[in-house]
Amino acid sequence: MSTTVTADGIPARAPKTPRSERGPAPTRIVVSYGFWLFLLSDIILFAAFFAAYAVLAKHTAGGPTGPQLFDREHVLIETACLLSSSFTCGMLGLAFERRHALFTYLFGATTFVLGAAFVALEVSELGHLIATDAGPQRSAFLSAFFALVGLHGLHVAVGLAWLLAMGAQVATIGLVPLVVQRLRCFALFWHALDIVWIGVFTIVYLGAR
Amino acid sequence: MMTALLGRLGWDALPLRQPIPLAAAAVVALVIVGALSLVTVKGWWPYLWREWITSVDHKRVGVMYVLLALVMLLRGFVDALMMRSQLALAAAGAQGYLPPEHYNQIFSAHGTIMIFFVAMTFMVGLMNFVVPLQIGARDVAFPVLNSVSFWLTAAGVLLMNLSLVVGEFARTGWLVYPPLSELAYSPGVGVDYYLWALQISGVGTLLSGINLTTTILKLRAPGMGYGRMPMFCWTALASNLLIIAAFPILTGTLGMLLLDRYLGFHFFTNELGGNAMMYVNLIWAWGHPEVYILILPAFGVFSEVITTFSGKPLFGYRSMAAATMAICMLSFMVWLHHFFTMGAGADVNGFFGVMTMIIAVPTGVKIFNWLFTMYGGTLRFTAAMHWALGFIVTFVIGGMTGVLLAIPPADFVLHNSLFLVAHFHNVVIGGVVFGAFAGYTLWFPKAFGFTLDERLGKAAFWCWFVGFYLAFMPLYLLGLMGATRRMQHYADPGWQPLMVVALCGALVILAGIVLTVVQLVVSVRTRDERRDTNGDPWNGRTLEWSTASPPPAWNFSTLPQVAALDAFWRTKYGAPPDTDESADGSGSDPLPAPDTASPLSVPRPSAVGVVIAFFAVIAGFALVWHIAWLALLGLGGVVVTGLAHAWRTENEIEVHELYLNTPGISA
Repeated sequence: MSTTVTADGIPARAPKTPRSERGPAPTRIVVSYGFWLFLLSDIILFAAFFAAYAVLAKHTAGGPTGPQLFDREHVLIETACLLSSSFTCGMLGLAFERRHALFTYLFGATTFVLGAAFVALEVSELGHLIATDAGPQRSAFLSAFFALVGLHGLHVAVGLAWLLAMGAQVATIGLVPLVVQRLRCFALFWHALDIVWIGVFTIVYLGAR
Repeated sequence: MMTALLGRLGWDALPLRQPIPLAAAAVVALVIVGALSLVTVKGWWPYLWREWITSVDHKRVGVMYVLLALVMLLRGFVDALMMRSQLALAAAGAQGYLPPEHYNQIFSAHGTIMIFFVAMTFMVGLMNFVVPLQIGARDVAFPVLNSVSFWLTAAGVLLMNLSLVVGEFARTGWLVYPPLSELAYSPGVGVDYYLWALQISGVGTLLSGINLTTTILKLRAPGMGYGRMPMFCWTALASNLLIIAAFPILTGTLGMLLLDRYLGFHFFTNELGGNAMMYVNLIWAWGHPEVYILILPAFGVFSEVITTFSGKPLFGYRSMAAATMAICMLSFMVWLHHFFTMGAGADVNGFFGVMTMIIAVPTGVKIFNWLFTMYGGTLRFTAAMHWALGFIVTFVIGGMTGVLLAIPPADFVLHNSLFLVAHFHNVVIGGVVFGAFAGYTLWFPKAFGFTLDERLGKAAFWCWFVGFYLAFMPLYLLGLMGATRRMQHYADPGWQPLMVVALCGALVILAGIVLTVVQLVVSVRTRDERRDTNGDPWNGRTLEWSTASPPPAWNFSTLPQVAALDAFWRTKYGAPPDTDESADGSGSDPLPAPDTASPLSVPRPSAVGVVIAFFAVIAGFALVWHIAWLALLGLGGVVVTGLAHAWRTENEIEVHELYLNTPGISA
């Protein structure tokens, strides 16, 4: 019987051995898989806030309603920023997979700027609501709205901080496998936030009538 | 100035005027100071720091989880004794010795501690210790994260126990239902302690769930297909999948309550459109899966114990795995049976009643599988087997009272009565606690290299078993007589005799707990009589018994090659004569050769877990008392620690070949 062993100690595919019996997966797979599981749990966290919003959307307690408050053009610009940041994040992925430091910085910076623009627009929107007595304390509807949109915004802000830290890691450690692995996780996180935002945009903003 | 510095914290936070909490706080403080000074005087700190506190070895982390659970069992049981003695006294006009505001904190703390910090912690500890060994892995998928998870759980424990000394605990029951838990009705810090302690430990649990799921799905030894995993790994997989799917709901729900309490949101308030029943729905969407997060690993333990001590493979392995996964799915479809009285209407209640009864089907499949595993086997009545047999009898009774409660009309009568209290103690003690002790007895020699004293173990079992029936059968009757849960005194003197019987039962359980402690002390002192020299004290079936006791830090010097279920048994005795190996083609598969070529390495120890937990406690405490600067300090500490860890590039230590081949060396 001839069996080859790859560099990281994982037995190479033996013919006829089912996938589930091939032994431990390489680190790259293990880390990405674990991070996928985290993202799924994060999406369930959002699901709880979506459910709360669905329950409380009509509970305006005599206060302002969604259609009265939402500025769809403003939100559309926000959405455009975030979705295009997902595209640049995809380009970032191509850059770091090729270990191209310059393009990694370039697309990392573009992603950061677009993400920061999204957060700034969102903060201005929420700040305007609070200033016009339509803050989260006004009604259950506004509580659920602020919590859901705020939770997403908080995630994006954390993602921005993460992106900054990754820039520092690339600068100090370089595009070694450890750093590339983390960049991959960041990209997954960023795309997942995009998917959640599509849910927010559809259910909260387009769904308001 | 003082409010900026100390928030709401003041001298009145200390229980100086309440004798019972003051005495309790003093005792706890004395025990902690005593333990710390003993460690200091004996000079154990360097050893503890190097080998345990900063250890990322899944076996060490697992042992620390179990130790934490045992300590918290003592704490939670003291609460139980206080409640039972209060109710044995407070009949008719008598008020007992615990005033209502203190009694309310005690039952809230009892439930919180027993579920989150005893049952949960014990099970996570067993899974941490056993799963990598059973699947033939060298560690969990993310060893440092594992240490972080444990220390965050410990941080939650510490924060919750701080409430005993500084301030108060929630008076709202263990699930802090609003509107009672809202600021308007619970203005004190008790609910905040509860919320922050559970948020911190909940993050630990979620990370641990992700870690163990990845471990089971991605790190199995060569040849270990899903059909060859030990049953405990199947149940651990189901349990950890449930953690991933359910704990975010808990985090979200408690987060909404925090927003209500801290920022004036209206998720669950009575005013401005809040909906308190939404909290109850959300919390049980987590809470019912949580029940199965606890019981499924216990089912796994019993499967291992019963096969080992029957000398037979598990009867109906595939149906057992299928039943486990079926329970995993169904557990998300029954949450409403916790509040049939909400008034959702007959059809909704009917649906959830039927779903609840359906869960009894896969559970029944399991019970019969265990019975048929024993049938015709060579039974050995060890202490672990005692726990398993006691479980089967007790759990069946608890399951049947559960099916009774699943009938909505019956539930309208029994809702929030002592019948319900008896039911869930029947399944949690008879299922989870018995399972925890069975696993503790079974795997103790693997962790420490010697078995526990069998005679004392059996004595402890009998005390728990008899004590359980004495303590909780009267509660079924009292519930049928109309006694409600969470009452501090009662008018009907006719209930008193049964309350006294229940107290006697609690005292018998106390004897069981004392015997468990005595068993540990005696076993350590006489360990040379019961050394486990070959790593296989019970004639075991699964891979954890194929390595030394205690196993080396890297678990297996060469990764095991698995050809069938009960891999180690197969190695020892060969294939059973009546199996047709070629039937599923598994026997003829060429297996990869052992990976002797690659250098063996173990993960480097890391202090990141304990440091993050330290800052998490600071942040939690500061948030409870509204001390803004301290909260920022704590959060900043967590972030900086994480960043510092991110710049660590050397994550593994290579194990030297020579060291590897030295006999008797352990980590």
